[in-house]
Order: sequence, then C-alpha cells, then structure tokens
Amino acid sequence: MADLVVVFFAAALVNNVVLIRFLGICPYLGVSQTLNTAVGMGGAVIFVMSISSVVTWLIQHNFLVRFGIDYLQTVAFILVIASLVQFVEMVLLRYSPPLYRALGVFLPLITTNCAIMGIALLNVTEGYGFLETVFHALGAGVGFLVVIVLFAAMRERLDRADVPGPMKGTPIALVTAALMSMAFMAFSGFDVTALLGG
Amino acid sequence: MSRIWTDFAKGFKIENPVLRLVLGMCPALAVTTSAINGIGMGLATTAVLLMSNIIVSLLRNLIPKKIRIPCFIVIIASFVTIVDYTMAALVPPVHEALGIFIPLIVVNCLILGRAESFASRNPVINSVADGLGMGLGFTLALFVLASIREVLGAGTIFGLSVMGSAYRPAIMMILPPGAFLGLGLLMGAMNWWDARARRAELEARKEALTHG
Repeated sequence: MADLVVVFFAAALVNNVVLIRFLGICPYLGVSQTLNTAVGMGGAVIFVMSISSVVTWLIQHNFLVRFGIDYLQTVAFILVIASLVQFVEMVLLRYSPPLYRALGVFLPLITTNCAIMGIALLNVTEGYGFLETVFHALGAGVGFLVVIVLFAAMRERLDRADVPGPMKGTPIALVTAALMSMAFMAFSGFDVTALLGG
Repeated sequence: MSRIWTDFAKGFKIENPVLRLVLGMCPALAVTTSAINGIGMGLATTAVLLMSNIIVSLLRNLIPKKIRIPCFIVIIASFVTIVDYTMAALVPPVHEALGIFIPLIVVNCLILGRAESFASRNPVINSVADGLGMGLGFTLALFVLASIREVLGAGTIFGLSVMGSAYRPAIMMILPPGAFLGLGLLMGAMNWWDARARRAELEARKEALTHG
C-alpha cells in the first residue's frame, strides 16, 4: 500500500506531468485562460487518463505481448485512446448530462493531449503492475489539475499586469511556467543556488 | 514554381511551427537538452510529417470526409512506428535519449494539423514542400533552443566544450525550468525583432513619401 502512495505522489508532484515531464503543454497553455475552464479540463484529464491507462495496460499485457505484436503499440494505443474518448463522450451524454455539460467540450481536445498517451506509454516502460498503473494515472491526472488551476489563477492576474510588448501572451506565460517549474524542482530536493551554477 | 517555394519557405519564419503557430510544444520543451537531441527530434518529426503529408495528399480524394481524422491518425501512427524502429536500429543513443517522445510524435498537433489543413487540400508536390518546410522549420527552432540550453546549462555544444574551464554551468538551463524560460525568451526576442523590422519598414515608407 505504501508503494502505491509513493507512486501517486511521485506522479503528482516530483515528476509533475506538465512542469517536469513536459506532457500536455498544449492544454496547459491553451485552456488556462480562466479558472473555470482550467478546472473542467483538469477534471476531464483525470477521468480519461485513469480509464485509458487501465485499458491500454490491459491491452499491452493481455494482447500485444501475448501475441508478440508489441511493435503495433503506437498504433494500438492511439486508436484505443481516440475511440475511448468518443465512447466516454457518448456514455456521459446518455447517462450523466450534468457531467457531460461540465466536461463535454474538453473531451474532443483530449485525443491529441500527449499527457494521456504519454502516461499510457510510461506505465509500460516503467514496468508498472496493474494497481501501480491505476495510482500512477490518478496521480498524474491530479498533478495536471493542480498546476493548470494554479496557472489559470496566475494568468487571470497576468492579464492585468503591464507586460512589455514583445513578451505579451505566450512568451510571458512560458516564463511564468519556468518559475512554477523551478518551484516544483524543490520536490526532488534541488537547491536553487546549485541550479544557477553556484 | 513560386507557390511551391512559398509553401516550403513559410515554415522557417512567418509560420514557424514552434515560435509562431505554438504547435509541437511538448517535444520542443522536453528533448532540447542538447543540440544533437534537438536535431534528432526535429528530423524524426520531419520524416513523419513528410511521409504522412505525401500519403494523405495522394489519398485526399479517397478518404471520406466524416472519418478523415481516424484515417490520418492511422497513417501517422504507422510512419511513427517505422521511424521509431529505424532510429532504434541506426542511432540507438539518440533513440534512448528521446525516449517516449518518439512514439509521442503521433500526437504532435503539428503533424495532424498539416494533414488536416494542408495535405488533404493540396496536390502532392505542394504537400511535399509544405512538409519539408514545416519539418525543417521545426528542426531549426529545436536546434536554436537546444543550443542555447546546452551552451548555458552544460558549457558545451554537440558535446564539445565552448565556454572555457572557468565557466560554471547554470544547470537549470538543461533542467525543466530552463526549457520554459529559454523558449519564452526566444519567442519574446522573435516578437521584438519582428516589431522592429516592421517599424523600420514603416519609417522607410514614410521617408519615401515625404521626400518623394
């Protein structure tokens, strides 16, 4: 059990999916204009990431490896994720309209969110077992939600700040992300003076 | 001929995928820790983009409109697998360093974006120009960012020492924060440069008006 907690927090904080592993940068920069959309996107990512990690893990170990066709991994994973997103969208629309209203618009964007595919691939390359995969995916999803919500709150402030012309928009957002990333480096025990060459 | 040249050249500056269109950000940030990795990732992406543009363009009248996205994804994923295994055989160290970002080329929005907005609407020859231009523009952006990061963060370029033995590298630049900082400042510099060029052009035109 302790192992699983470690996997969860390592995925959420130490190896944060956005700030340390650079997965899911597009939604991080694109859907973080307001707090509400950030929360919606974060929720949708947790949801889809957990389901897709479980399904791709099962496919990898029960199908691809068993029949010796793991060279089809890339093709199989992307197809599974794309159809899963469609399926989740239909199920939500049918059975849980409120949840669909909250997450629906974000679901199509998730197919090309490399965090989903990236975590699915990492589960395999890190050699995680089934339960570890579940906690790894949940942790990564929560880590995504945390940073996108923090970032959205900062961007709402940034909109009113007096930013030099050429740095307006994406450039200043990236510099802000650099500072956040530096803060997250502390979770792996880095000393700031060492980072700057002291 | 000139149209083909425009399709090729736009990827380098006006529509540079990373610096202008803000596409393919994940690999641009993740693998640019050294110049050689930046070039490796750029060329791998160029290869996939070129081949998928050719096939999508050839099949553009055969693929039904409604299921075009899944078709594009399968085409792209097949070429990613080919590139993945080819690199593992030919350049194992680069393949190892790029890790999961090679299979992740499949979700690089640059490639799907070009298939959807260019290759599925244009003849093969233009799609080749577009794929090459966009791919090499992507490679150039990755190479510039990776060089800056490697020089500042490790004091080397292509593994050769350039900063002298007294230089104490700011290792932050090759760690995750340096990626965000480097790309943010690079984009800012490009905007500033563009704005200056535009101002100079405006001044020149005004000058010509008053004197002419």
